[in-house]
Amino acid sequence: MSALDMLATELATGAVEVVDLTHTLDPDFPVIVLPPEFGQCARFRMEEVSAYDHRGPSWKWHNISMSEHTGTHFDAPSHWITGRDQPNGAVDEIDPANFVGPVCVIDCSQGAAQDEDFELTPQVIADWESEHGRIPADSWVLMRTDWSKRSGAEYLNMREDGAHSPGPTPEAIRMLVEDRQIRGFGTETVGTDAGQGMHYTPPFPAHHRLHGAGRYGLQCLSGLDRLPPTGAILLAAPLKIRNGTGSPLRVLALVPGKDRT
Amino acid sequence: MTEPLQPPAKKNPQLRSPLAFLPPVPRSRAALGLTARAAEGRFALQQCAECGAVQYPPRDACCKCLSTDLPWTDQPPHGELIAETTVRISPDLYFRNQSPWRMGTVRLASGVSVLCHLHGDVRKGPVRLALLLDRAGQGTIMALPEQEVPNMADDPQLRELGTSPKHRRVLITDARAANAPALVRALLDAGAAMVFVGESEGWRRWPGRAALDAMERVEIVPLDVTDSASVREAAGTLGGKTDILINNAVFLRPGGALDRSDTVFAQQELEVNYLGLMRLAQAFGPAMRARGGDGINSAAAWVNILSANALAADPTHAGYSAASAAALSLTQSLRADLRGGGVRVMTVLTGPTDDEWYAEAPPPKLAPRAVARAIVDGLERGLEEVACGDIARDLVERWRQDAKVLERELAEGAGR
Repeated sequence: MSALDMLATELATGAVEVVDLTHTLDPDFPVIVLPPEFGQCARFRMEEVSAYDHRGPSWKWHNISMSEHTGTHFDAPSHWITGRDQPNGAVDEIDPANFVGPVCVIDCSQGAAQDEDFELTPQVIADWESEHGRIPADSWVLMRTDWSKRSGAEYLNMREDGAHSPGPTPEAIRMLVEDRQIRGFGTETVGTDAGQGMHYTPPFPAHHRLHGAGRYGLQCLSGLDRLPPTGAILLAAPLKIRNGTGSPLRVLALVPGKDRT
Repeated sequence: MTEPLQPPAKKNPQLRSPLAFLPPVPRSRAALGLTARAAEGRFALQQCAECGAVQYPPRDACCKCLSTDLPWTDQPPHGELIAETTVRISPDLYFRNQSPWRMGTVRLASGVSVLCHLHGDVRKGPVRLALLLDRAGQGTIMALPEQEVPNMADDPQLRELGTSPKHRRVLITDARAANAPALVRALLDAGAAMVFVGESEGWRRWPGRAALDAMERVEIVPLDVTDSASVREAAGTLGGKTDILINNAVFLRPGGALDRSDTVFAQQELEVNYLGLMRLAQAFGPAMRARGGDGINSAAAWVNILSANALAADPTHAGYSAASAAALSLTQSLRADLRGGGVRVMTVLTGPTDDEWYAEAPPPKLAPRAVARAIVDGLERGLEEVACGDIARDLVERWRQDAKVLERELAEGAGR
């Protein structure tokens, strides 16, 4: 029996389950907010074109609009200035093999519950590895904070001195990118960087280092508490947008079924 | 003595809601001049440029010398009531529902006699005159007491010719706008029963929310004019009790057409200033049009706050001028659509406002309080056209004199 045959069987029996890590595309879902003199990330919008009525008697459909970086979304290397010269840096150029792969989940939910500016540091990563083993090269690393359970103003958590949400330190992201050679890094917050990430050196270290090294980002993920620390497979395929710097997408994971955990 | 107007009783749900009937509509083209002046709150009549004779009713040739040069000229709004009558029975559906209705003849100092509606406190003798719009949006003259009398605005005939916020429920579309707190306060002071204020993006904190939320007779409701679903949702909740809608949602970014190489801001300017109005009109318009005759808190008015550069572009705010022009055009169509329900549409044109996006503009700049005052005043007088502040008034005046000259004047300083 081939691996795919086995997968089909295990999916059918529930030995492997599919979990959805995606927020619903909703006009009222937060997006990143920049100083207002900059162009902003377009919110998700939906206009009804017809609904089985005089505008189209047998069909219902909508026109939708959004940014490449609205909702649960993928960041391609070309999103950041450091990644602008990366080969295959746009979503339509990326080898689709990168869209399916193993994933490590570092649970920072306790820390984030106590400190809204909680930092993922090399020490946190080392502690995780001492329990779960070394992060394999070319795997996704997701930072679980349970931030996706927040809603409304608590999500961006914007104050006069900027947003406050957890994220990785420059050293941690350097370790993941250079020493562990990860494929990409994902978070449950609005960006791969901390809310106060602009104050690090370099500013926005996750964007800076990930994309500078041709790696990918995932943000606004939901429900990372349903993933095991290791052993799941992530499916994260962005839309094939010509020269796109990112894309909203449906992020799924294959996880061991409940009877296996 | 005018009795103070009491808040409306709760409606009997077993009775059909009253319909909005309109006073007779047909007018000659010359008589529409009365409508145009009433829309701005001016008291003006035709006056012969050759012999100086004041004309009434409006006509195409001078009643004295047959000249056809009869410019509309402001007149002293004073006269003497020389005859009066009360209409008790009328075959006209509108007056049948309004009767008894007092009317009279007033002689002006210029010698002409005009037919007027009469305020309840007016007796034979000196009166003050106002040119007002009736329910059908037609210019008509009303005689008022010379001096302010108690509860003067509560007179049923005068209230019928205005769109007063008193006892009415108002929706302000954008709570985050700089003018929202001043608007809320001015409307409450004017006797509004309730002020609903639309809040977009509740996930984004903003200063001033707590203060607004704490005010009596104020309710913050979710509403984002760029989101069709949100507008429909709000209309589903509030559409039946929005008596006055004030659209103060504005988006602008300074800049000429060539300053950027994208349409990101231009698109947002259209989304908020133009399409936002379209969404509101489609969601709230039908219910308001259906409630134009619904008693003391009938649907009465729709207010759009627009840049005066809707008339003539400011090339340093190219996208905003274009979006404002689009919104002004749509406002005209909306006015035509709502007129059938007796609902007034008021355009408030503003100059540079005192906020972050006109930081570079030299004073005078429009304070939020001034905008709020102008809107409440316009509602009470039932105006359609308000130019708020010296800059907007000056721009409107120059536009009337010569739109092309104004275009060139506004181009000075741009394109460098």
